[in-house]
Amino acid sequence: MRRISPVYVIALLAVVCFTLGTCLEPRAAKWDARSQSSSLLTILLGDGKRMFANHFFVKADVYFHNGYYPSWMDQGMETVDTAHLTEEGHDELAEAKHEKAMDFLGQPSDWIERFGRNFYPSTHEHLDKPGDAGEILPWLRLSADMDPQRIETYTVGAFWLRLKMGKVDEAEQFLREGLRANPDSYAILLDLGRLYDENRHEAAHARNLWELGLRRWHEQEQAHKKPDETVLLGLLIHLADLEERQGNLEQALQYREKELSLTPQPDYVKKEIENLRAKLEAKTAGATNQKGGKPSEK
Amino acid sequence: MNTVLALSQIVIKELYRRKDFYVLFVLTGLITAVAGSANFFNDDKIARYLKELCLLLIWLSALFIAVGASARQIPAERENRTIFPLLAKPVTRGQVVAGKFFGCWLACGLALLMFYLFLGVVTGSREREWPVMSFLQALWLQWVFLAVVIAMVLWGSVVFAAPSSNATICVIAVIGIWGLGHYLNRVAVQEPEPLRSFLYVLYFVIPHLEWFDIRDMVTHERGLVPWWDCFLATLYGAAYSILFLFATWVFFRRKPLSQ
Repeated sequence: MRRISPVYVIALLAVVCFTLGTCLEPRAAKWDARSQSSSLLTILLGDGKRMFANHFFVKADVYFHNGYYPSWMDQGMETVDTAHLTEEGHDELAEAKHEKAMDFLGQPSDWIERFGRNFYPSTHEHLDKPGDAGEILPWLRLSADMDPQRIETYTVGAFWLRLKMGKVDEAEQFLREGLRANPDSYAILLDLGRLYDENRHEAAHARNLWELGLRRWHEQEQAHKKPDETVLLGLLIHLADLEERQGNLEQALQYREKELSLTPQPDYVKKEIENLRAKLEAKTAGATNQKGGKPSEK
Repeated sequence: MNTVLALSQIVIKELYRRKDFYVLFVLTGLITAVAGSANFFNDDKIARYLKELCLLLIWLSALFIAVGASARQIPAERENRTIFPLLAKPVTRGQVVAGKFFGCWLACGLALLMFYLFLGVVTGSREREWPVMSFLQALWLQWVFLAVVIAMVLWGSVVFAAPSSNATICVIAVIGIWGLGHYLNRVAVQEPEPLRSFLYVLYFVIPHLEWFDIRDMVTHERGLVPWWDCFLATLYGAAYSILFLFATWVFFRRKPLSQ
């Protein structure tokens, strides 16, 4: 029997491989979502990248504390709340709570621990130096790439870009990216509205965004998804402020009344409601007087 | 002393002829360059993430260079039978151990100098400032760390059968001490006796290598470690290095040279 040259066998096998490859490739692309992704990280890590997203978000918090942060050993005891990343102004109560949470080192138990503390950041401080604010951003960017559904990443990132670095365009871009990935996010709509109101001074645009945020919040409540009430409170406060500024006092009053059931400072809101009612009465009285031809001055 | 220096010169020459350092240096440079080319929100002054990455790569590279170089020193001399003419010079076994140690340590120092120069260039190009003292302190403490590691690996090379097993065991031990050493006391508290006492003894016996790692201080610009503490840490590192070198000499003295 005549022997077949190995070259022909290799060529035949190569042809079979190529044919199978061309037949199966379009089918294989439909097998899972991962293979359709354009991102190399998605292809490599799949859903496992969400785990890294959390790690990178925590890393941003580590940078915010200039390296002073509980390690995995300390974190096993208590998880650090990251709400302080977007704190505005000076809230003594929240600050004291945060200080207490960050006092994780305690007193050193022996000389090794005491001496060792000279070689790593062992005092609580924040990223306060001007020009350093951007240092947390690479980790937030990575976190958003790893898990686009993590809404906190976008709101924290936008907060730092907008309020600490004055990069309004970049903040808007980041929030819009978050909104594209999470179209139902009322939290992103709240921040986007704040950007339009506080930085771009476009009240109408801000109102539309906040009203959309309210709608999204109620949709999720109706679907029993337990939406965040603090964000609802934020939406109501900003809408009430905006309507008051715009002179729509009735609308502002409605928002303040809704705010009352959610606020931790009901006395303050009650005062605001009284002020609004007084303004509204004065306005109505003024309008009636003008209609009756009696100027209010008299 | 001249004999020790002559021996260490041979080790340094051997190390710069090998490709380990060049490969790791190029790899560190490439990874840092790729990470540095990323644009985060149009801000070109963001540098800390890059510093952290570069320092991590420097630490890993230096560790592998030190372990790789020192693990094969004595076994290679025995395997090639060059130990016999060396000891016939006459060179004592103590001088061989000291020469090998100083050679590896100085070679690692040269490698570290190159790595930190690169780090300085990368950081300076971003931040437009050079925290020279901070880098020098980090370099010095890392060099002391490497002294302990090299001495430990040299001891391993006269205890364990093959350089590969010695290198593996030493890398695991060093990374273990480096990462977990300072938690042992806290773990000990939660354990029942006799494990508690064992962990406590271990906690006080192991060399606390984590002290020499001041990467977080450099990355987050936390200022300099007090110089007095640096000096004490250096003494601590020197004490452990001498202890391991002494153990190496004791084991090497009793070890038959022919395999």
